[in-house]
Amino acid sequence: MIAQGIVRKYGDAVDTDVIIPARYLTSRNRAFLGEHCMEPVDPAFKSRIKPGDIMVAGENFGCGSSREHAVLALRGAGIGCVVANSFSRIFFRNALNQGLPIVACPDAAKFAQEGQPIRVDTARGTVEVGGKSFAAEKWPEFLNDFITQGGIVPYVRARLAEEKQRLAADNRENLR
Amino acid sequence: MASTAAEKIFGRHCGRTDAKAGEIVFARPDRMLLNDITGPLSFELLKAMGVERIRCPEKIVLVGDHFAPAKDIASAEGLRSLEDFAAAQGVEHAYDVGNGGIEHTLMPELGLVRPGDLIIGGDSHTSTCGAFSAIGIGMGSADIAAAMALGELWFRVPETMVVEFTGTRRSYVTGKDFILAVLGDIGANGGNYRCMEFSGSALGSLSMDERMAVCNMTAEAGAKTCLMPADETTAAWAAEKKLGPIETIGSDPGANIAEHLRYSLADIEPLCAKPFMPDNVVPVSQVGTVKVDQVYIGNCSNGTMTDLRQAAEMFKGQRVARNVRCIVVPATQKIHRQAMREGIIDILIEAGVVISPSTCGACSGLHMGVLAGDQVAVTTTNRNYRGRMGAPSSKVYLANAWVAAASAIAGEIVHPAGVRQTEAA
Repeated sequence: MIAQGIVRKYGDAVDTDVIIPARYLTSRNRAFLGEHCMEPVDPAFKSRIKPGDIMVAGENFGCGSSREHAVLALRGAGIGCVVANSFSRIFFRNALNQGLPIVACPDAAKFAQEGQPIRVDTARGTVEVGGKSFAAEKWPEFLNDFITQGGIVPYVRARLAEEKQRLAADNRENLR
Repeated sequence: MASTAAEKIFGRHCGRTDAKAGEIVFARPDRMLLNDITGPLSFELLKAMGVERIRCPEKIVLVGDHFAPAKDIASAEGLRSLEDFAAAQGVEHAYDVGNGGIEHTLMPELGLVRPGDLIIGGDSHTSTCGAFSAIGIGMGSADIAAAMALGELWFRVPETMVVEFTGTRRSYVTGKDFILAVLGDIGANGGNYRCMEFSGSALGSLSMDERMAVCNMTAEAGAKTCLMPADETTAAWAAEKKLGPIETIGSDPGANIAEHLRYSLADIEPLCAKPFMPDNVVPVSQVGTVKVDQVYIGNCSNGTMTDLRQAAEMFKGQRVARNVRCIVVPATQKIHRQAMREGIIDILIEAGVVISPSTCGACSGLHMGVLAGDQVAVTTTNRNYRGRMGAPSSKVYLANAWVAAASAIAGEIVHPAGVRQTEAA
């Protein structure tokens, strides 16, 4: 997966309450959540972001509440990928489940400046920004397969379809 | 081969005896928890997965607590979706106002947590289960949907860090302070991806309520999960819940421990976390002059009988300061009733406290006590991120129930001993 866009830079510990305040969580609509993304720290966020822009941040991105709406809000605002020093574990799962590419690459995250063009290749595990190329942490193989399928919904659909076929085959075997 | 307690519990849930930290395994959870924020999204994703019937309705626990009782039409729809899902899928464990409370306090109160269990929840504070020697893991809605569809889910077996408590505590120091001390030291990512296993001779002095307060806020260190060893206190609790015999699952000598932290409780004084991070911890005695607009005693970490008793002891014969609002939220309906029986509710109301229904409410800035611009709150909750309880310029200080009540009386953040001395004088 290749993501290309403009760097939108933030600091350490961007928490999910800041990404999307809880008062908006009665909605599951990406566009609506995107309108309020990062509101407590950056009310102009949505108006500045162009579709495909890449969020670059420091340590422990996405810490705090388990709200998957944080991923929906980032996507709704137009963010195409997140590059950070590190990610909190619940956010990590939520992002991959919802098909938002995220890459842990501390060197690139520190080097990148607001407004620079940036290119992320998740398969090769590289981040290119400011004329330099950085090696990102690779996802475990299992997760890579998972992401290639487009997240958790297609993964579960495929697992259930397989199971159904196997049951049908067993039934045919039993009838013989 | 020597194993950690977390490796053993994961092993049991994936049919293996040799599961090791770092491995990715498929395990079958014993319980799956959803609330009125994470539930509705999970149900939509289940539909997208093409699932009509879930695998294990008996394992599901649905708790309407965040927006309950509903504050507007949209939140009422979310709460109704829990009811509808329970009816359609035959989920017996479904709760709303009147029979429920805040999910992480309610689950153990109902005996839905057993030592050795693997519990997943669509809420980060599912780590509270660690108090009962169960592995509780917070997750997003899609993961819970996948587990409901498949009966199992992938997990990376966490490495273990040990946090050891020894010694005797000082006055007005509670479980809240123990975990704040740890957070202040290791920071908001100091437990990332790990199981925080508690140990040490002082654990016996922690009630189940205090253990919940400690385990709840391991989430604020980024921990995947945590565990308190089952002991006599756990056994007494389990007997009261009629859970049958329990076993103690501990780490073997020689098991792989990533880090070992040691605390003497005698060194810990009442602490508070200043805005805007739960790891921004200082002793209450060094916080300076901080005027308070609101005090909030409640939430999934500290809305228990232990907390309400501390508040009542502080408020007896005292008054909430002028221009301060003090909101007390008993975490469950049952706790509310017990507090009435003990005369606690009367003491609190006499002092000028308002009692809220059992809800997550203002802890996450939803309703029942949201903060205006620049307002300052002292709370027994677990998060103080920017805008967490309301306006982005509002400020939240996290502390134990003694400190919160004392600060309500003084109108500013104070050490509880100060209020007591005034009273004696």
